[in-house]
This record gives sequence, C-alpha cells and structure tokens, in this order.
Amino acid sequence: MTAAPSKTIVIGVGNEFRGDDGAGLAVARLLREQLSPEIAVLEESGEGTSLMDAWRSASRVFLIDAVHSGAAPGTIHRLDASCDPLPTALFPCSTHAFGVADAIAMARVLHELPVALIIYGIEAASFDESQGLSDAVQRAVTAVAERIVLELCAPPD
Amino acid sequence: MKNRTIKVDYLARVEGEGGLLIKVKGNQVSEVKLRIFEPPRFFEAFLRGRHFSEAPDITARICGICPVAYQMSACHAMEDAFGTKLPPPIRALRRLLYCGEWIESHALHIYLLHAPDFLGYEDAIRMAKDHPNEVKRGLRLKKSGNAIVNLLGGREIHPINVRIGGFYKIPPKSDFLPLAEELKWARDASLETVQWVATLPIPDFERDYEFVSLRHPDEYPFNEGRIVSSAGLDIAVREYEQHFAEEHVGHSNALHSAMKERNSYFVGPLARYSLNYDRLPSHVQEAARAAGLGKTCGNPFQGIIVRAVETLYACDEALRIIDHFEMPDRPYVDVEPRVGNGFGCTEAPRGSLYHRYRIDERGLITDAKIVPPTSQNLKTIESDLLHLVPKNLEMQKDRLQWRCEAAVRNYDPCISCATHFLRLTIDRE
Repeated sequence: MTAAPSKTIVIGVGNEFRGDDGAGLAVARLLREQLSPEIAVLEESGEGTSLMDAWRSASRVFLIDAVHSGAAPGTIHRLDASCDPLPTALFPCSTHAFGVADAIAMARVLHELPVALIIYGIEAASFDESQGLSDAVQRAVTAVAERIVLELCAPPD
Repeated sequence: MKNRTIKVDYLARVEGEGGLLIKVKGNQVSEVKLRIFEPPRFFEAFLRGRHFSEAPDITARICGICPVAYQMSACHAMEDAFGTKLPPPIRALRRLLYCGEWIESHALHIYLLHAPDFLGYEDAIRMAKDHPNEVKRGLRLKKSGNAIVNLLGGREIHPINVRIGGFYKIPPKSDFLPLAEELKWARDASLETVQWVATLPIPDFERDYEFVSLRHPDEYPFNEGRIVSSAGLDIAVREYEQHFAEEHVGHSNALHSAMKERNSYFVGPLARYSLNYDRLPSHVQEAARAAGLGKTCGNPFQGIIVRAVETLYACDEALRIIDHFEMPDRPYVDVEPRVGNGFGCTEAPRGSLYHRYRIDERGLITDAKIVPPTSQNLKTIESDLLHLVPKNLEMQKDRLQWRCEAAVRNYDPCISCATHFLRLTIDRE
C-alpha cells in the first residue's frame, strides 16, 4: 500500500443543459478562477465510477451538486460523507444509474473513501431542460464558492 | 387465475427516469407500458441555427455515458454532407476512441448495473460486500476505457478533442505506451469477465428477433458500414429513413422506432454480435464459444455475456491500433462545407445511433434528426415483457417483478438518450 496522498480536489457535478442542475459546475468554474493551481477543480456529469476515479488520488475532496429535498430553492446543505452515510433522498434527481450517492456508498464498502469528503448540496428550483440558473441558485453558487474558499484556508478537520 | 398488476414506479439501475406497468388478466398480459417520464427531446430543436462545426460537442451533451457515439455520428454525418474523406490514421484513431467508450460503458453495465440481477443483489453496493474483487476488477476495467477517452478525447466526460475532419490535437505515440500497458491488463481482465459472466444463472428465454446493426467488409463495426438486418435488409446509411420510422406513443415521452413494414427490431450488442460474428478475431470467437454462445444469440439475458465478449474485442482492437499507430500529417483534414444533407450512423455501446443534418449556404444547421439506440429498442423491450410474463406467472410477485426489471436492463436502456429521461408497474388486479 502506498501512503495516503495529501491532495485536495474540488468536483463540480451537474448538467448545464438542465437548468439548476448546472449549479455544481458553476461553483467549479468560479473556484477555478479563485484557487491556486495546485488544487484541481474538476467538472463531472455525476456518473459514479468516474467520481470514484476522480477522488481516488485525493485526501480531501469538496463535491458540489444540485439537490432536491423539498427545501427552499437556493438552500445550502453541507454534509461530511466521510463520517456519515449520505441521505440518498437528497439525490433523486441523478439521471445516472450509478450516481453520486451510489459512488459514496460503494467507496465506503470498498474502503476507498477520501479521508475528508465534504458535500455541498444546492437546493434546485428546476431541473427542466434549459440553460441558466435560477436567481436563488445563482446566489447560492456564489455563497458556496466563498464557503469553500474559507474552508480551504482552514486546516482539514 | 386472478388479474394482477406489476408496477414499478421507478426503475433502478438504468440511465434516466422511467417506470414499468404490466397488467395481467388470467394467463394473458393485457398491457405492457414502458413509461418514460423525462420531458421530450429538445436537442434537435436546439441544433437548428447552430454552425455545423458545433454538432459534435452539442450532441455529446445528450449523454454522459456515450458522448463519443454522439460525436462520431455527428462527424460522419457532416463529412457525408461535405464529401470529406478521412486518411486511414485518423480513421484508426476514431476507432480507438470508440473502443474506450465501449469498454467504459460495457464494464459499468456488466458489473454495476446487470450482474446484481443474476446474483440476487438489490444493487452493486450490496454485491460488492460479498464480491469485492469482481467489483474492483469491473471498476478498473471501466477506468481503462476512461483512460483512452481521456487521452484521445481530451477529458473523460464530454470529450472536447473531436472535430469534423478528425481531432484538434493528436497526442504523441509516447503518450499511448502507458495506456497500452493498462490495456494489456484490461484484455486479461475482460477475458476473465467473459469467463465470470458465463457462470451466472441466466434465464432461458429465446426469441426470433430482427437484428439490425452496421456491417463492414472486414471489421467488427464501430464507425462505418452498411445497415443490415437478420431478415435481409442491406441499405446505405442515407436510406435509413426510407425503412425506419419513429412514432409517438401515449405513455412515453420517448419516440418509439419501428421498421416500416415489419414493426419492432433489435439494436445493440446481441445484434452486432449475431450479424458480425465472422468479423471477430478467432481468439475472441473462441472465448465466446467457451462461454456458451453460438454464432448468433437470441437470448437477451445473455446480453451480459455478449457485452463481455465485445469488451474483450475492444481491448484487443485498442491494443492493435496503438501497436500500428502512425502519426497523421495533420490532426484533421479541412472540410469544405456545402449545402446539402448528411447522414451518419455509428455503433454506440447500446446500438446504432443515427444522425441526419441539413446544412444551408452559411454552414448553419437547418434541420436535425437524432435516433438513439434506446428508442429503437423500446418496442422490443415491451414485446419481450409480453412474452416473458405469461411464461413466469407461477412466480411470486416480487420475483416476477425482479425478472421483468432485469429484462428491461438486458438492453442497458439509456432513458436520458431516448428522451434525451424510466419508473416499473406490474399490475395484477
């Protein structure tokens, strides 16, 4: 076994052609401009095995995705998936047969979870087939980017 | 025998959102509806007015699992419209890129979506607790496919390096060598996969399908060939719409495809294999025979074996292409846009993917038609259920429902593609 890598990555998940489902990608694009280049910022569709590949080489991962829990649009959820099982009900909107919640559960079974996996979920207003974010989600995108920058300034838990 | 309804509100382990409703009266199935909830396709409308060069990247966004297929069919359609001829090295690299997509898509379906059906697990995560080594093999196999798409496509999801006429950039041969090392592992792993899936308990269920796929004079088909069928159809790609039509059905947001005179047909791995067995290298044929397959395969539940055989072929073909790699003089050939219609059909992991475009004098798309493999298979999936349920009415409701869901997953349906989004209902009243 090799020693655990001490790499931080940011993964924005979504589909920009399905309205607010583009929120995770929007956060990734904001952060790419703001963060130092040694922090990799990835954009993913949410297909689970690709996510598992993406975070395999990292010790600390921030993953941002649009969610649907019934809360007000723009509500920000923060979960530490490295400690607690993820409520799958948050991600019913995944169009993937093996999506974000599955990838986290599978990585837990196979002992392949990063040491820290922080999920930011942004409550979507709409997953309609359109481009562009709703106002509430756009505001949450900015806020999540700011919170991740602040977390990155602090040492890992 | 009482009337029964089997109802699955939300079908698991398929790409996209849909459901299934089956109504049984006595020993007869009175109704089978594969319900597609996703909103109807909008990509065709979205393409109108866009520049021809944008079609590969826009259509690649239709599906996160098979973007390469969309790029390839779009490129071939445009090149058909403009009379563009590709030099052999670029053509070979396109096949290599397609190998990557087949490996990643088939590995995902075999190990994470379909194997749990045969081994009796609700999902791959529960299966992984008991079969961690198999699941890890599947994940690494998929990653080998990702690595091809990553290198040649520019990135794993929604590759950006494909353009009409070839590629934006072609990596140097030295970049392909580490990939070849991983693919040698993948070739061994895919042979182990063929041997493993051959041990799964596969239901007996055989139908006489009309198989449809591309057929090429000397290759197992990816990008080129004539559209042929097991009933004797043999047409050029540009004749597709003379023989196949799409229709609206009330219970589905996806269009259903049918052959104009003969109704449902079957695209995908079983069709490709059954129509092109003679195009597989002899050692791949041997692996297929050792796994219990004949020269054709009419049991859709054996699709998992055929996918494993195709994965073996794709690893083998990828290695062959890398071994013979020649750097083209330029990464792409220039295209000269002209007014006209272009037709493209390539073999996506799930089956034939047809594109047609009309281009005006400004190089803009004025009309687009995209027929994904899943829409072509929807009628066949429904008719499989119509045949499957009466043979299994003695089963407990939950087991019958499970069997029906597995029968849908035989096709690795991509609802996201079919509507550009499935939930199961078996009703026993």
